[in-house]
Amino acid sequence: MKLAFEVNGERRTVETSPWKRLLDVLREDLRLTGTKEGCGEGECGACTVELDGEVVNSCLVAAGQCDGRRIVTVEGLARGGVLHAVQRQLVACGGAQCGICTPGIAVCAAHVVDRGLIAGCDDATARAKIRDLLAGNICRCTGYQLIVDAVIAAAREVAPGTEGAR
Amino acid sequence: MFDVDAALAGAQRLFDAGHGVNVFKQFVIRKGHASDAELDAVFAGAAHVIEGSYATSPQEQMYVEPQAMMAWWRDGRCHIVGSMQCPFYVHKAMKVLLACGADDVEIAQSVTGGGFGGKEEYPSMIAAHVALLARKAGRAVKMVYDRDEDIAATTKRHPCWTRHRLAVDARGELCAIDIDVVMDGGAYLTLSPVVLSRGVLHAAGPYRCPVVRVRGRVVATNHPPHGAFRGFGAPQTTFAYERQIQKLARLRGEDALALRKRLALRAGDTTATGQLLGASVGTDEVFAAIESVAGRPPVRDGVNAHGAPVRRGRGVCFYFHGAGFTGSGEQRLAGRATVAVGRNGFEVRSSSTDIGQGAITIFTQIAAAALGVDPAHIAVVDPTTSRVPDSGPTVASRTCMVVGAVIDRAARVLRRRLEAWGAERGTSGPLVELARAYAAEPCAELAETATYEPPPGIAWDDATYTGAAYPVYGWAACLVDVEIDLDTCEARVLRCVQAVDVGKAINPAIVRGQIEGGTLQALGWALLENVVYRDGKVANANMTNCIVPTFADAPELETLLVEVPYPFGPSGAKGVGEIPMDGPAAAVANAVEDALGVAFDELPISPEAIAATRPRWRLP
Amino acid sequence: MTAYLRPRDLDEALAARAAHPDWMVLAGATDLMVNANHRAAPTGILDLWRLAPICFVRAADGEIAIGAGATWLEVERDAAVCTHLAPLAAAAREIGALQIQARATLGGNVGTSSPVGDSLPVLLALDAELEVASVRGRRRVPYREWCTGYRTTRLAADELIVAAHLPLPGPTTRTVWRKVGTRRAQSISKVMGAAAITLDGDVVIDARVALGAIADRPVRIAAVEAAVRGQRLADAAHAARAAVGPAIQPIDDVRSTASYRREVAENLVARFFHGMMQRADR
Repeated sequence: MKLAFEVNGERRTVETSPWKRLLDVLREDLRLTGTKEGCGEGECGACTVELDGEVVNSCLVAAGQCDGRRIVTVEGLARGGVLHAVQRQLVACGGAQCGICTPGIAVCAAHVVDRGLIAGCDDATARAKIRDLLAGNICRCTGYQLIVDAVIAAAREVAPGTEGAR
Repeated sequence: MFDVDAALAGAQRLFDAGHGVNVFKQFVIRKGHASDAELDAVFAGAAHVIEGSYATSPQEQMYVEPQAMMAWWRDGRCHIVGSMQCPFYVHKAMKVLLACGADDVEIAQSVTGGGFGGKEEYPSMIAAHVALLARKAGRAVKMVYDRDEDIAATTKRHPCWTRHRLAVDARGELCAIDIDVVMDGGAYLTLSPVVLSRGVLHAAGPYRCPVVRVRGRVVATNHPPHGAFRGFGAPQTTFAYERQIQKLARLRGEDALALRKRLALRAGDTTATGQLLGASVGTDEVFAAIESVAGRPPVRDGVNAHGAPVRRGRGVCFYFHGAGFTGSGEQRLAGRATVAVGRNGFEVRSSSTDIGQGAITIFTQIAAAALGVDPAHIAVVDPTTSRVPDSGPTVASRTCMVVGAVIDRAARVLRRRLEAWGAERGTSGPLVELARAYAAEPCAELAETATYEPPPGIAWDDATYTGAAYPVYGWAACLVDVEIDLDTCEARVLRCVQAVDVGKAINPAIVRGQIEGGTLQALGWALLENVVYRDGKVANANMTNCIVPTFADAPELETLLVEVPYPFGPSGAKGVGEIPMDGPAAAVANAVEDALGVAFDELPISPEAIAATRPRWRLP
Repeated sequence: MTAYLRPRDLDEALAARAAHPDWMVLAGATDLMVNANHRAAPTGILDLWRLAPICFVRAADGEIAIGAGATWLEVERDAAVCTHLAPLAAAAREIGALQIQARATLGGNVGTSSPVGDSLPVLLALDAELEVASVRGRRRVPYREWCTGYRTTRLAADELIVAAHLPLPGPTTRTVWRKVGTRRAQSISKVMGAAAITLDGDVVIDARVALGAIADRPVRIAAVEAAVRGQRLADAAHAARAAVGPAIQPIDDVRSTASYRREVAENLVARFFHGMMQRADR
């Protein structure tokens, strides 16, 4: 089928099977290889993208379901050559090691920060909420501590509920 | 044949190379006694003997990027690129497989999504497959393992059974230690002998004891092969000795930390292999660090958010980890690295890979410091076998300490040579300017290659397993508070503090990342990770059932960097990659025992395992 | 080539369902797309994701109706659900993690009918009724009659799930829920339990107690419900614990053991009553 959708603010069209995974459409058809595959079963979160404003595992979305939808991948987080606050803080805090989980974590954490999901929380509550909200993203390198630090730091940079991070 | 006892009894003969039926490798360490009879006499005369049997489970590395490799042939030359820790291991294997010379095969590392030992030896296997397929097909061939294939086929941490006897005199001093270690190697040899070696060399622990016997065997079974995983045998034997020391503390009614402090090795003491400890023994500094933050143990009893009663406890442990290759391994490897004047500054060439642990950053910092230039002028080149010298594999906590030291030396020599060249021409000024000037000249490349040099006074005897097992050790203490839900028997880590003597933290954020990542792998191994085998196959070969900790499972981790410099490491740095994996499992077991009054001597300490002990709990 | 249809309304969906009973009915796809790249493509996909007539959470007429296409994220963020059906909100928060909750739907959980489906014991305890439809018309099925075996239900080949209707618990009814999974998040259940307990003071007037992951399907534990009726809470906790064991058939698998599941099921059910006693004290 012919698929027309918006990816990172651009209108894209792809000829594909409706059964193909969104993950494969992004990586193979659109060459957006920032989105990673770690398991193919919706467990690791490395393939996380935003679909119509919610974070999803792109390995569990059928291409057909994406027609007319709006998708943001890790490639769409930076604006005008400036990294998203979450990306900057992952770098600054040492929240990335091998990097395979980082795109999924960046997309999910940017969603958390931009939607203000931890806005107004004290530090301990915010940390607990981050651990809950990001529990679908497995990282085997960091022990998560420095990632939580990075998300907290990014949230402090960004006015809650705005797109100011971008 | 899936049982090591059956294998040792010779139920079937899978392997026999003279160490006993089905024994891949055996090591024996003896200290302070000439015969078994002498050892027995010490035990017979002891005031107390503590005996225990300990079992640890297999563990999956679960790097988030599965194994992947690609090969193509061009003009009779084989090119391989993929996810790996050790390009020259793959290179060596391909030379044998393809019966070709060193220049006929080139190995390049792609950005690698985690390894933890799992991409130490297995990449040679998948490289072999793509190399042969590509030759046959006449096209590039890429293989990417699916998660289920990766879990089912690749090597995991060796399950291990340790029997441990501790003889103590009336004053509570250790008189003798007797240990028997058996690891399940699985169906093929893999790196099992080396894993076993590190396991037995750490088995007696960082404690003073005049008489030690350690026997270790790794055994052939029909399980999938076990292999390298962060810690490399040491986490298994560390679990055993730190449970034993805990039992000694209980027996004597002595504070768990104070007892360890009293018995711990310090400079001037000798290890189980008779190694005289000199510089960089961080024992006292590590204890001081952990004591400074320990605070009160958690309140014993409470109720959690589900309304279930909970019981809390605290556990500690003290441990060490030898950095670099075992024994004379580093001398045999003779790792090399090159620092050269590049087109726009300096190049660092080594075969050490960055697998997330920060090798590129650390090498950049080390070279920049040695050259006295800004890190922006340093380029660490990709570790492609045709472009870099063999620095040895990216394993064994050796990248920063060993290869970093070689880079440090090469950079210092290069700096002198470049300055001398400048002086000859009458040019002075910043080194970067000299480098640019040199690069503009039509002369030969200015490059300095250095080779590993062992620290003075290091001697190891492989025949008797005595001497300096490692050039230096990292030292660490861990404190864990746990809370057990008495309805569900789930143990939750409330607090985990690690104090680790790293020599020198060249990049504190990277060092913290190493310690925290290793710590969580250890907490996962202690409480919830497991590889379930059924009829010799992995029964939970997916991420749904072969679980690792999520953000929500991880406690806030407290990391204390202790710096007792190692004179032969770059800026005093010692290896840090593996040590955090060794200790926390024992600290967790000690904490759960503290909470429930029941010994936990097997991993994982799953809710099922805790529930099975319910009749023996000692609650108020 | 796989056919694909995204119907504009329920009538078109039902017509397609009747015409193509072999097509895969897909909504959030979090179960059906697992390892999709290694499975044979379906003949066709009937995509109900965001089909407006089944995407709602609505409180009215003494009940909360939740459309089959509502995601667990929508359920857990709904104020009426959080206020009146706290166990359902709690269960929704423990389904996978954020990425799964944003896609997985009530209809998917009910239609897949896995023995470890996290919302299912709650639907039993809250005495939900399912509304299903086909070109032949609409009907309602009490959820307690829905599951017929391991992953089998009363849904006919031409039917689609439209909604679940959950009556609001009365003022003297307390509801509780607990999931015990393999880890603290993104986990498969080892045991889960839900209960709605109607009290007169500290006497149990009526109780619905349901467990999951301890049989081939989620089950109401009638023996427990009978044993606690008319009992004071303290006695009810004891009676409930004793009645759980004979009523369930847990198994050993790679995630847990039968004996652990049995013990924890007993503890959870006893705690439901015991916990209410503590709350009544306050």
